[in-house]
Amino acid sequence: MSVSTAAPPSARSVAWARRRASFGRVWKEFRRNRAGVAGLVILGFFVLVALLAPLLADKSGLDVTQATGLPMHPPYPGYPLGTDKQGRSIVTLLIWGSRISLIVGFAAALMAMVIGTLVGISSGHFTGWAGGLLSRFTEWFLVIPFLPLAIVLASVLGHSFWILIFVIGITSWASTARLIRAQTLSIEARPYLERAKALGAGHWRQMNRYVLPNVMPLVFANTTLTVAGAILTETTLSFLGLGDPFHVSWGSMLENAFDEGAISAGAWWYLFPPGIAIVLVVLAFTLVGRALETVLNPRLRER
Amino acid sequence: MPTTLVVEAPTPATVPVASTRRHNLRYVGGKVLGAIGSLFFVAVFNFFLFRVLPGDPAKMLTRNHAVPAEQIAQLRKQFGLNQPIPQQFLTYLGNLLHGDLGISFKFRQPVTTVIADRMWPTILLLGISTILCTIIGLWLGIHQAWRRDSTFDRSSTSITLILYSMPEFWLGMILILVFASGFGPIPGIFPTSGLITPGVDPASLQGVLSVAYHLALPVITLTLAYLAEYSLVMRSSLLDEMGEDYLLTARAKGLRDADVRQLHAVPNALLPSFTLLVLNLGFVVSGAITIETVFSIPGLGLLSYEALKVPDFPLLQGVFLLFSAGVIFANLVADLAYPLLDPRVRPA
Amino acid sequence: MALLEMRDVHVSYRTRAGLVPAVRGVDLTVEAGEILGVAGESGCGKSTLAATALRLSPSNATVTGEVLLEGRDVLTMKWGDLRTVRWAHASIVFQGALHSLNPVRTIGQQIAEPIVLHEKVSDKAAAKRVDELLEQVGLPARRARSYPHQISGGQKQRVMIAMALACRPRLIIADEPTTALDVMVQAQVLDLISSLVKDMGVGMLMISHDLSVLGATCDRLAVMYAGRVVEEGPAKQLFAAPQHPYSGALSAAFPTIGDRASRLAPRGLPGDPPDPAQLPDGCTFHPRCPVAVPSCATGAEPQLRRLSPERAAACVLLEGSPS
Repeated sequence: MSVSTAAPPSARSVAWARRRASFGRVWKEFRRNRAGVAGLVILGFFVLVALLAPLLADKSGLDVTQATGLPMHPPYPGYPLGTDKQGRSIVTLLIWGSRISLIVGFAAALMAMVIGTLVGISSGHFTGWAGGLLSRFTEWFLVIPFLPLAIVLASVLGHSFWILIFVIGITSWASTARLIRAQTLSIEARPYLERAKALGAGHWRQMNRYVLPNVMPLVFANTTLTVAGAILTETTLSFLGLGDPFHVSWGSMLENAFDEGAISAGAWWYLFPPGIAIVLVVLAFTLVGRALETVLNPRLRER
Repeated sequence: MPTTLVVEAPTPATVPVASTRRHNLRYVGGKVLGAIGSLFFVAVFNFFLFRVLPGDPAKMLTRNHAVPAEQIAQLRKQFGLNQPIPQQFLTYLGNLLHGDLGISFKFRQPVTTVIADRMWPTILLLGISTILCTIIGLWLGIHQAWRRDSTFDRSSTSITLILYSMPEFWLGMILILVFASGFGPIPGIFPTSGLITPGVDPASLQGVLSVAYHLALPVITLTLAYLAEYSLVMRSSLLDEMGEDYLLTARAKGLRDADVRQLHAVPNALLPSFTLLVLNLGFVVSGAITIETVFSIPGLGLLSYEALKVPDFPLLQGVFLLFSAGVIFANLVADLAYPLLDPRVRPA
Repeated sequence: MALLEMRDVHVSYRTRAGLVPAVRGVDLTVEAGEILGVAGESGCGKSTLAATALRLSPSNATVTGEVLLEGRDVLTMKWGDLRTVRWAHASIVFQGALHSLNPVRTIGQQIAEPIVLHEKVSDKAAAKRVDELLEQVGLPARRARSYPHQISGGQKQRVMIAMALACRPRLIIADEPTTALDVMVQAQVLDLISSLVKDMGVGMLMISHDLSVLGATCDRLAVMYAGRVVEEGPAKQLFAAPQHPYSGALSAAFPTIGDRASRLAPRGLPGDPPDPAQLPDGCTFHPRCPVAVPSCATGAEPQLRRLSPERAAACVLLEGSPS
């Protein structure tokens, strides 16, 4: 009989092995959702375009002073999607615009996720006036229409890349918080948390070690959907002129199109591409998010 | 011979009438207080927005304009910026309760006057769109769930998901391009902008028709853009409900399929989605801002757009307050109406 | 003519894993004025079988055979005829009455619904009948204005019975009518059911996993296992002297109400009911059977053999001529 000389696996490595295994299960189930996989492919495509932007289109094409195309012209050789009023190639704008749209979307959603998770877990965990206050705070942000709020904030704070992310984050965290709060309440009702409390686990430990890991999968699915919303919000804010004035995004393309009279000029090459790109990306995130929700919540699986 | 059994076991809650009334009052009172609290918080937010940032609020208010020093001093006095903050806040609240929202920079008129002038187009636009949106969205969701995985379900759910992913103002621009300006073989049949043909009296029949004609595309845009949320939520809710036992009972009684759906499944499916559906109003209201901008409808939305170009802070804050009040009120009405739909929430 | 006659009924479910047989060839008869009990553990197919009586099987179920309600085959009836038959000729008292009632409509509205539908009377006349029905099952008339969440489990079950009687059906199917009720209420409900059957000449098919309940209330019993009937006969006889090993284990597992001795010496049945998708070879009961012999695991599945004019059982170990 041989005796194993390897040390027994540590608690941490056991936990990680379990996480890898459950991730594998999630991925296997996700693969079966055709819409989710399609969404993932579309996302991959756009992320690739954004990353490879310098290779795909010359950055000088964004510079108004260096524009060489005919102004507001339908597609012609060298300009597959035509030009804007300054003679810049729509394709170049589209490719470089993907960066801002995606980055702002991701960053704002990340901020919303962090705030939402913090507030959500806290409002679910702390009973009494603290939890109630946080809960009312969340409700307020949910009820208030986001665009008037964003407009007021942006008009005071000014327009810049970071302010844009901040404003979108501020108007997006509440729905995550509400979801996480509901999940926290149901987790906290489970017996093993009672035992942890009986053993003397403090607030921070309870929330960090017990609630958070159980809530994370849901947070992940919800964040995907939040990114979709954040991209739409960025588009809207840029369209209204509250976006980043120095970088082109799909939203600012639509703003320029509108301001430059693309509609009355019948400039379909200017109006369709940014919108279609937005729809594809937002749709992709939505499909992936819904697929993740279905995978993580077995009750939804028959959908 | 009828069989009667002996003693009926004690039943839960036969509550005396007076306590029911107290419960009701407590419920209504709680909700109303909550709504007032939310509105109050909007006012607080508006107040502190300027004063929280470092720097002189008066300078900030006029930062895009070249304003002589004595005008800045006058602004300071007008806004009471010389006084300690608690005093300022009380003055501000007092003004608010009297309906004084300040003077608009751009229009040089009281904010309340400016808003009152521009209110009706927005109410018209939002009112019609919300009603259409809700009816069509719910109808779609119900039928998608009931005939789940049918061609109807698959195709219409795909279409609603695409509409859901669209910026509403882009949809508006495309619709203008295709149906108003005319695109390729399609002639432009709708007006490209505005609320009414210039020179026509809005009160006349011709005026009403003209307004309807001008609002057609904006209403279609808003309806299409926001019905997706209603249909997706309703579909999900009804699918949840369809596995319930009481539906089997209803079928066993010999009810028609449509009656099982409309009389039993749908009233129950509406309940969990009710709050979500009312929250969606905030998004429709937000959509009105961009749609009015795209279609040049002279309502509060376009007003917001004009105001933020300046930026006209008193006007922006006033519009924010009004929009928020509208949505808060709608949510209050919904909260109060909910017990009417769900008997389980009522007192015994 | 029998009220209900089932001939060679097979029910299979189409699932992702393939075709799963839930009912594998069942013959049953219920006459007017008699109560037939169907006993078995969960998963044996008894509820599935009951649903076929009114063609209420789920959409992924395939039903073959004949289900004759007073001579008319329910499975091949036109849709309009079926809806007329439902509730008016035969009704069902569902199990788990907790969720079998619509939470947002009053008791009165739900009992009145089939009356208005089938008898086309005014709402007022229907309300009057609702009051009569409630009185019949021992509930005060004011309960008609209550909602399901306002009444107890026992009351809900009585509401289900009142509802089932609403259109004066000739056949009532009671699916686990006393499960989830405490023993006191259970006894009351069973008394109510028996007296209704005797007084009104109604025929009843009662389904339960509790053999003692069935033994006390029913005239005849059929015991189901893995989608087939494995024993049938007069209820009291079968309960007192079960022939099939499964019936024996089932009857021993439940103490008789009022019999203290049986409570103290329950003999349970090891193992779980078989998965309908993966039934054992030979006799489906052999893995759990206390008296199985090696030949039970091989060979064909035993058929129901008539042991006496009124008794039949499906076990190779029993004497008797094939039926």
